[in-house]
Amino acid sequence: MCLMTVELNHESSTLLSEATQNQHRAIVSLKEELDAVDWYQQRADACTDDGLRAILLHNMNEEIEHAMMILEWLRRNNSAFASNVERYLNSSGPITLVEQAMTGKSGATSDSNVPSSLGVGSLKVSK
Amino acid sequence: MDLLNRELAPISNVAWSQIDGEARRVLELHLAGRKLVNFSGPHGWRFGAVNTGRVIPIKPTPIAHVSHSIRDVRPLVELRTPFDLSIRELDCADRGALDLELQSVITAAERLARAEDTSIFHGFEAGGITGIVAASPHLPIDVGSNLEWPRAVSAAAEKLRLSGINGPYALALGGVAYDELTADGDDGYPIRKRIEDTIIGGRVTWAPALQEGATLISMRGGDYELTVGQDASVGYTTHDREKVELFLTESFTFRVLEPKAGILLRRVNQSGT
Repeated sequence: MCLMTVELNHESSTLLSEATQNQHRAIVSLKEELDAVDWYQQRADACTDDGLRAILLHNMNEEIEHAMMILEWLRRNNSAFASNVERYLNSSGPITLVEQAMTGKSGATSDSNVPSSLGVGSLKVSK
Repeated sequence: MDLLNRELAPISNVAWSQIDGEARRVLELHLAGRKLVNFSGPHGWRFGAVNTGRVIPIKPTPIAHVSHSIRDVRPLVELRTPFDLSIRELDCADRGALDLELQSVITAAERLARAEDTSIFHGFEAGGITGIVAASPHLPIDVGSNLEWPRAVSAAAEKLRLSGINGPYALALGGVAYDELTADGDDGYPIRKRIEDTIIGGRVTWAPALQEGATLISMRGGDYELTVGQDASVGYTTHDREKVELFLTESFTFRVLEPKAGILLRRVNQSGT
């Protein structure tokens, strides 16, 4: 686990804050969980045994739970995730029009790339 | 639209980017507490208080034989500091200017950082915050001259160890102390380097909110917690034909979970005052 996260870093870990390293771990975990959801769904579709299919779908739902736990961690630790979760999750109507409905601007020309905070966060660097 | 009202400002994305970048740079330079304590958040504007897990009994109760208690929470403090920028100057960003005059952003960011760090180190009673220095049960250690820093830091670390607080430790230095520690010792070896390498096993951090003193704290984690609701953000207030008024804001609170984990080092003159 530790080796994998180090291998996937784009920059030397000595240059990364503790917050960035932890976010990297979370993002890698989220990708793994979502991959697993995809694989279980495909296997369940292809499976010809009803008992096995039930297990595969049960396992898939467990992976979805794991993914949501990681997503919640990202929401709590990254303000851009937090603002976009607030904007899009549990919204109604066409998803592509959610931003326009909330800001009065179309998504194509709005300040969607402007963060709601400066993203300072934790500055604690692991030794 | 949110509390920041950024969409209402006559400021282009290019200029916003420079304003935000400068504010972030100054905050990351000046904020010392965030380099030392546990961080929780950002939880957003809707997050109003931290649950302490404790209750406060209420007496007398309105109904006999029914105990009443109220949950003890730490409400978040909202900081907000205004600053003005010239609209004509900001327009230059769209013409490609990379050197906007943003001194007011720098000053505002320094004020915000000072407010957060003052609460962390010295507390903010009206906001329900007890700081690291006030919470510490240890008697301060006096430092009579710049050459006494290594001895004083060593004594402080020993005090923490004897209290059961293990390291590594970090030394937060006010402006005066930081300047003194960058000087060389009697043997020509930098005082700061000696302290980092041989005494505390951790980092030395510039903490201007401490002013003349310094604080040694444990970096083992779990002793101090900074909780942030809305992290530092730039918002819009109003504008006229020449200036736009913006503000820097954030919401936070700070809790000392282990008062023994920090100790004040107090710079005094040779007479001990």
